[in-house]
Amino acid sequence: MCNSCGCNITPGNEHLVTQDGELAHTDSGSETVEVLQNLLHENNHQAIHNREHLDRHQVLTINLMSSPGSGKTALLEATIDALGDVLQIGVIEGDLETENDANRIRQKGVPAYQISTGSACHLDAHMVHDALHHISIEGLDILFIENIGNLVCPASFDLGQHLNITLLSVTEGDDKPAKYPVIFRTTDLMLLTKTDLLPHLDDFDPDHAEQNLRQLSNPAEVIALSSRDGDQIEQWVQWLRSALKQYRSGDHNRGHTSQSENRPHQH
Amino acid sequence: MHELSICRSILSQVEDIAKQRDAHSVTVVHLQVGALSGVEISLLQSSWGIASADTIASSAELDIEEMPIIIQCDSCDRQSEATTSKLVCGHCGEWRTKLISGDEMLLRSIELER
Repeated sequence: MCNSCGCNITPGNEHLVTQDGELAHTDSGSETVEVLQNLLHENNHQAIHNREHLDRHQVLTINLMSSPGSGKTALLEATIDALGDVLQIGVIEGDLETENDANRIRQKGVPAYQISTGSACHLDAHMVHDALHHISIEGLDILFIENIGNLVCPASFDLGQHLNITLLSVTEGDDKPAKYPVIFRTTDLMLLTKTDLLPHLDDFDPDHAEQNLRQLSNPAEVIALSSRDGDQIEQWVQWLRSALKQYRSGDHNRGHTSQSENRPHQH
Repeated sequence: MHELSICRSILSQVEDIAKQRDAHSVTVVHLQVGALSGVEISLLQSSWGIASADTIASSAELDIEEMPIIIQCDSCDRQSEATTSKLVCGHCGEWRTKLISGDEMLLRSIELER
């Protein structure tokens, strides 16, 4: 992808747009139409609109991704406990089935909307757009979108978020960034979760996890925490507050979420 | 398995273009896909037949060009080819690099008959 504007013209295909005319005729008599659009053009178009809507309300929106069971909802509960009195938080939950996660968040007194995807393995920008009709973002500081537990499919779909955060629980193995490079390469923060279990595991080294992230040329910060220990989440809470401050100061390009065609459209 | 969603998105774009051009059929759909796009080419190919049934592209061939992963080093400024899990400079070993190519998921062109 082009580094200056986020379009899809790369050194590998730029000759196509510099050829004369957008139409060429093949020998068989059929007509070739040059398109040069992202395969997820419609999703990305919707994501841009979502982001514009969120920007109008100055709501920092974070896409939380991980494997199933790595502690996304527990992290949100601990975050609400730590920040709920000072910041207005909202949550969009994505799961295949059940309202369980949204209920857990609502019990903390925070507005939550559950997207049930049925069998779909990822959230897309249209689902998030529909969800935004069901949750009031007026007055919110941070909106978390808890994606479907899956380290593969969610990586390809821009939702309109400002930042991507990927959780890696210590029970999963420190080579996950090498195994799932698409999602870890573009994450803006890697959170190592369930660190209270580290003493019981001899095969997870937080330094190895970080080295595997660097091998993907990702300079993102790595924070280790246990959501069960209120003292341990201080660094994460500080990171969030700093991200919000940076967002509100107008620095929208901090994140990697320009994976779609959004850069020229950002406000 | 998000490749079926991607096929539907491609078809929606292809149908719009075919309609604008007043085409009666689409014969080939050319894509460029990089290994870091998160799209699995073999799954895309197998989803294509299911997704394109009963559309104007039902007999269209899906031609996918796999794009190499090329990085440019922030330190020595040289370019090298890389693998999906190791995007470090092939010349000096620096890990801070920029991706030049390899995350494409691009509908390049379509061939149609009018």
